[in-house]
Amino acid sequence: MHPFTLDRPRDLAAALALRAQAGRNDAPAEYIAGGTDMVQLLQEYVRQPERLVSLAGLLDNRIEIGPQGLRLGVAATMAEVAADPAVVEQFPLISEALLNSASPQVRNQATMGGNLLQRTRCPYFRDVGYAACNKRAPGSGCAAIGGENRWHAVLGTSDDCIATNPSDLAVALVALDAAVEIRGAGGSRSLPLVDFHRLPAATPHIETVLEPGEVIAAITVPASSAARRSHYLKVRDRASFEFAVVSAAVALEMDGARIRQARIALGGVGTKPWRVPRVEAALAGASLEPQSLRQAAALAAENAHGRGHNDFKIELMQRAIVRAVEIAGARA
Amino acid sequence: MPGFIPEAAAQAADARPAPLDLVLRVNGTEHRLTLDPRTTLLDALREHLHLTGSKKGCGLGQCGACTVRMDGKGVKSCLSLAALVEGREITTIEGLAQGDQLHPLQAAFIERDAFQCGYCTSGQIMAGVACIAEGHAGSPQEIRDWMSGNLCRCGAYDHIVAAIQDAAGATGPARGG
Ligand SMILES: Cc1cc2nc3c(=O)[nH]c(=O)nc-3n(C[C@H](O)[C@H](O)[C@H](O)COP(=O)(O)OP(=O)(O)OC[C@H]3O[C@@H](n4cnc5c(N)ncnc54)[C@H](O)[C@@H]3O)c2cc1C
Ligand code: SF4
Ligand code: FES
Ligand code: FES
Repeated sequence: MHPFTLDRPRDLAAALALRAQAGRNDAPAEYIAGGTDMVQLLQEYVRQPERLVSLAGLLDNRIEIGPQGLRLGVAATMAEVAADPAVVEQFPLISEALLNSASPQVRNQATMGGNLLQRTRCPYFRDVGYAACNKRAPGSGCAAIGGENRWHAVLGTSDDCIATNPSDLAVALVALDAAVEIRGAGGSRSLPLVDFHRLPAATPHIETVLEPGEVIAAITVPASSAARRSHYLKVRDRASFEFAVVSAAVALEMDGARIRQARIALGGVGTKPWRVPRVEAALAGASLEPQSLRQAAALAAENAHGRGHNDFKIELMQRAIVRAVEIAGARA
Repeated sequence: MPGFIPEAAAQAADARPAPLDLVLRVNGTEHRLTLDPRTTLLDALREHLHLTGSKKGCGLGQCGACTVRMDGKGVKSCLSLAALVEGREITTIEGLAQGDQLHPLQAAFIERDAFQCGYCTSGQIMAGVACIAEGHAGSPQEIRDWMSGNLCRCGAYDHIVAAIQDAAGATGPARGG
């Protein structure tokens, strides 16, 4: 690890005053929460901040469910949220996405905030032996374009970066219209999670809308009956303890045998958690017949762009949508 | 694997940051330490407290050889900075037996021959204890799922699962946790 000063502030105001910034490789000060992603990146010299600001004990970790919906204090761990009886009952999609993430130990350590801000698993980003990575070193090029890109994105890419966002939780939350509460020295603001991560465009090193000195304080998810009739389908190279090649989070409101409203987000294929509104619109009023599901799912592939090794994801993501809708639709 | 380290980074790493004073609670004992802030919990245990039962396989959260329990929960000690777990109750493999009396899972590992080289074993046992305590040892499939954060290069998986099943049966089914 590169040397850093470690701050353990007594309260949140003191932490915010240090103006750390997450999701940006050139930020001189960074937060650390559970440490499960940050310590890896420090060990491998991918992150070399001058200062590390610990959020331990400074942010809310409560899990609250009311008539409005769910509120997750951002310090709650992945294990705590996944096992919470009210989350399991009313928002099974969130619990499923979490239980299909990482390993039991990591889930005991990792926080909600850190999960949403974990960095990409692009192997070139994580290996400083490769000089070219615009996300790690702005302007250096992209080793994945023209390199090994089986794991990379087919939606929302640019000529500067094709890395996927690896969070399973974020995919489930985006499908459920979640919002994040952002806190900074100047106060709080709330933002739909779908607008929180930025597309890479020409600045892949800036991953989110967070400004220096801002943290995520909470995640809110509106109540809805669709949240119960849902499924998180994760397609991966081994049965557990692996990131998604493709994933689909689906929540359905049914009207008898027909879909009234579908909410669908994809993981493993987008440069950020990827909502597919055109597919959702095509499914409104549709039956669960494979033919109509297949037609609707095809709309996800509009503007999809493979780079060779990852071309198969364009077909796979459509099949994942169909399968996940079938499973969710079959639920009582 | 922590492999290639650029020369400039290696040189900068020699410029040590100011050390931190901290207290770690390990196996029921408080230890006062002065550590470089970059010290992970795993390195603090092995290099400073000389508790070498916890192993370093990858140092990146992928193998589970470094698993310890923190406030009763299984964690990967290579992913925590020691300075950020002050005040937490840490149990390592050294703290599992009661004197000469092995923990039932330690005994089951011997009985079932659940290792070859033994490098992953302390991590497997610490994760297995958590797996049983948290109620996830109900079937071989469930055990495999909840033990998937612990790799065994010797491929002793079948025997590890059998040992956990035995110990879960012996300590009573702690289901539903
Ligand atoms: C072996 C392994 C396998 C994994 N597999 C999966 C998987 O299958 N699916 C999956 O989704 N994830 C997976 N993960 C990633 C894991 O979910 C993340 O490492 C974890 O969620 C990060 O949380 P943390 O609290 O440890 O964050 P940290 O590592 O402490 O921080 C991560 C980032 O978030 C920032 N940060 C943390 N909290 C806040 C906040 N409140 N406000 C602003 N910034 C903040 C930090 O500055 C840092 O940049 C895996 C991780 C490991 C080690
Ligand atoms: S895809 Fe993005 S993260 Fe990966 S090498 Fe290219 S610029 Fe870097
Ligand atoms: S050494 Fe910690 S998981 Fe491998
Ligand atoms: S016994 Fe050798 S790695 Fe498991």
